[in-house]
Amino acid sequence: MQQDENLAAGSATPWDDNGQLEVLTFDVGDERLAVEAVSIREILDLLPETPVPGAPDLVASVVNFRGKIIPIADLRVAFGMPRNPAEEAHPDHRIVVIETEIDGEPLQIGLRSDKVHEVTILDRADSSEPPVLGMRWRREFVRELVRQPGSVIVIPNLPTIFTSLAEAA
Amino acid sequence: MSGQDPIAAFRVEAGELLDATEQALLDLSHDLESRALIDTVFRGMHTLKGSGAMFGFDALAAFTHHCETTFDSVRKGLIPATAELVALTLAAMDHMRTLVDDRDGSSASAVGEDLLARLHALLGNAHASAATLSDGEEASRVGPAASCLGHQSWHVTFRLPSDALTNGTNPLILLDELRDLGGTNLAVDLSAVPPLDELDPTQCHLGWALDLPASVTREEIEDVFIFVIDDMELSIEAIGNQAEAVGTSGDALPASEDLPIKNSSQVVPVAEARGSPLSRPASESVRVPADRLDLLMDRVGELVIVQSRLAQLTSNGVSGPAGELALRSISEEVERLANELRDTMMVLRMVPIASLFGRFRRLVHDLARETGKSIELETDGESTEIDKTVSERLADPIVHLIRNSCDHGLETEEDRIAAGKSPSGRLRLSAQQAGGEVLITIEDDGRGISRERVRAKAEANGLIQPGQVLSDSELLQLIFQPGFSTASQITNLSGRGVGMDVVKRTIEGLRGNIDMTSEPGKGSVITLRIPLTLAIIDGLLVRVGNGKYVIPLAAVEECLELSLEEDIRSRGRSMIQLRERLVPFLRLRELFATGTRPDPYQKIVVIATGGERVGLVVDQIIGSHQTVIKSMSSLHRSIPSFSGATILGDGGVALILDVVQLVALGQSHEERLRAAG
Repeated sequence: MQQDENLAAGSATPWDDNGQLEVLTFDVGDERLAVEAVSIREILDLLPETPVPGAPDLVASVVNFRGKIIPIADLRVAFGMPRNPAEEAHPDHRIVVIETEIDGEPLQIGLRSDKVHEVTILDRADSSEPPVLGMRWRREFVRELVRQPGSVIVIPNLPTIFTSLAEAA
Repeated sequence: MSGQDPIAAFRVEAGELLDATEQALLDLSHDLESRALIDTVFRGMHTLKGSGAMFGFDALAAFTHHCETTFDSVRKGLIPATAELVALTLAAMDHMRTLVDDRDGSSASAVGEDLLARLHALLGNAHASAATLSDGEEASRVGPAASCLGHQSWHVTFRLPSDALTNGTNPLILLDELRDLGGTNLAVDLSAVPPLDELDPTQCHLGWALDLPASVTREEIEDVFIFVIDDMELSIEAIGNQAEAVGTSGDALPASEDLPIKNSSQVVPVAEARGSPLSRPASESVRVPADRLDLLMDRVGELVIVQSRLAQLTSNGVSGPAGELALRSISEEVERLANELRDTMMVLRMVPIASLFGRFRRLVHDLARETGKSIELETDGESTEIDKTVSERLADPIVHLIRNSCDHGLETEEDRIAAGKSPSGRLRLSAQQAGGEVLITIEDDGRGISRERVRAKAEANGLIQPGQVLSDSELLQLIFQPGFSTASQITNLSGRGVGMDVVKRTIEGLRGNIDMTSEPGKGSVITLRIPLTLAIIDGLLVRVGNGKYVIPLAAVEECLELSLEEDIRSRGRSMIQLRERLVPFLRLRELFATGTRPDPYQKIVVIATGGERVGLVVDQIIGSHQTVIKSMSSLHRSIPSFSGATILGDGGVALILDVVQLVALGQSHEERLRAAG
């Protein structure tokens, strides 16, 4: 238990009283990410996407999600991973629709994912804040790293990622 | 009615009443003899006073009472209706509006007193006798309440009508309200509850008794029961002894012996105590004619029937030609219903433009007084209907255009006579529907727009180069440029140089257009073209690379083919010749960086806003498309080329091009080229 709770404003991970958090884990590139289960709206098969010319790379396209137009985000852009060069659709690919709040406005966003794993419970005892050194990524984009047997799960700080990468453009 | 805040309902109703009365007053100013109009004004004020008092708007009731008395004298022929009286009454109506919004009216009581003083002065002796009479009336009205003051508490017993529950009255809410007033010693009277086998659970068999503190007024108690008071048994008894009991509310009421206007300001403590929890802003509401709701209900009913047909079909299994046929007929039915539902729904949002025009009569009346010009306003096509949101957003731009016409356009009486025109200026406001658009024209017969002054001003402001060649319409369009103003004198009506560009932007924000023609010496005509609704537009579906885009059809002028050789020839300049005019064009494929090869036969869609044209080069024109506009998420809202998105028949998404932005882009592109070459 050595986390600094105030890593950055609005970035506190909502651990419950028992120090646990229910999350959905999914792969983006080579990394396994986790997003709180309460913010997940739906997991979709790939939909035909419509590119938006002039939009930031992070949210370069939109889809029709039940009659609403929602942006599709590619978190590989935020974590500096190479974008899927062939853009070939794999049967495991999914879109994870989350609802988050950006600038006080609720917003539904589809996250492109290479494979969706499971809803699981993470333990606060296994987590630590991102190291100051030794990370390729912008530190404010990561809320916490959670150690698992044989791997590390990244809890991304989605509001920060979207405000800094999507609105700056 | 239950569930709606009665105070908010009163405010809406009072607003409408004031509007109607104001219209009658304005009519009266043209026809001072009309008894019917005087009666209308009188009745309006009478109703306002009555309902105001009923809902606890005491300041409003007291103030309105005096205006009503005045009009009563007019009605009885004691004093004549004069232009001065009408003007004063109009000002008084404004004060009433303030009092409707601000129940205690303390902030504006000085205004009210001043108005009343002027009314008194105007009426002179004729009014004096009426005034004393009215004060007497008032005192006697307040009398019983005042006599009840010397007590310590109230004992209230009540029994709701037996059908109260079926009518939607919830006794628990009434009891909650009474508790909020400080009710104690609540007791239930079970005497009327029948034996179990005769008990009807939909009837209310209970009665209640409770005590309330003396600080509550009788009106407040009655207010709790306001919707059931006519049918119920209610007794409110004052109990306890007189003497020291003149409590908090005691301060307010003896003032009724004072001058009435002071009375209105001193009732404040009570009104405030009661008003504070209710002073939240009223939510917006739309009045819908019942027959339109019936129509909607019919459609929904049909939809339910079709749905059950579909359910039946799926449970029986869709097989064989008969099943397919049945499915097809259901599909057609659903399509028809969807169309009709859409139309009906859109109609629900429509309001006649008369409500918008009504506000301008008052404006023109005030402007005429301020400028000393004589102005006649004509309106036409007031029954034209327009989306409620559009109507609200149009109000400010039109106010500005009317001010401009009255201030800059119309001449003074002497100038008009010198120019051989009728002494009073004519302003015409008309509306008509044309296809999917509403045309609103504002026409004056003033001096028109002086091209020389526009040019001089634009040159002085650096909007154009000295001696730059401009067509007439280009010159007139300069008026809509930011920072342009031709008034050499700044009046408080217009002439601050902000406005016309804001007007243009607002209109374009509604996906409308503004056009202006002007003939020197004869007047100007400004035409606003506004789409009927904001939710659905006709669009032209085009393909650029692999993406599909929608261009609002209203902006499309024509479609041409860009031949291969013309394409090659135009590489350097990106201009095409279109009936003696050079039109710049944008290659959307390059703009959107599609990275695809161009189709061999590219098309140009020429779009226009106002007088400016731009061609958009697309790969394919797919056809017209009924476009339901969906907004984009905030992450994409800052991208300038698109105003929204829509969903295509196959579930895919097409982006809607923002015509205004693209035209601006094309024009700046053209200017760069001009500057370069």
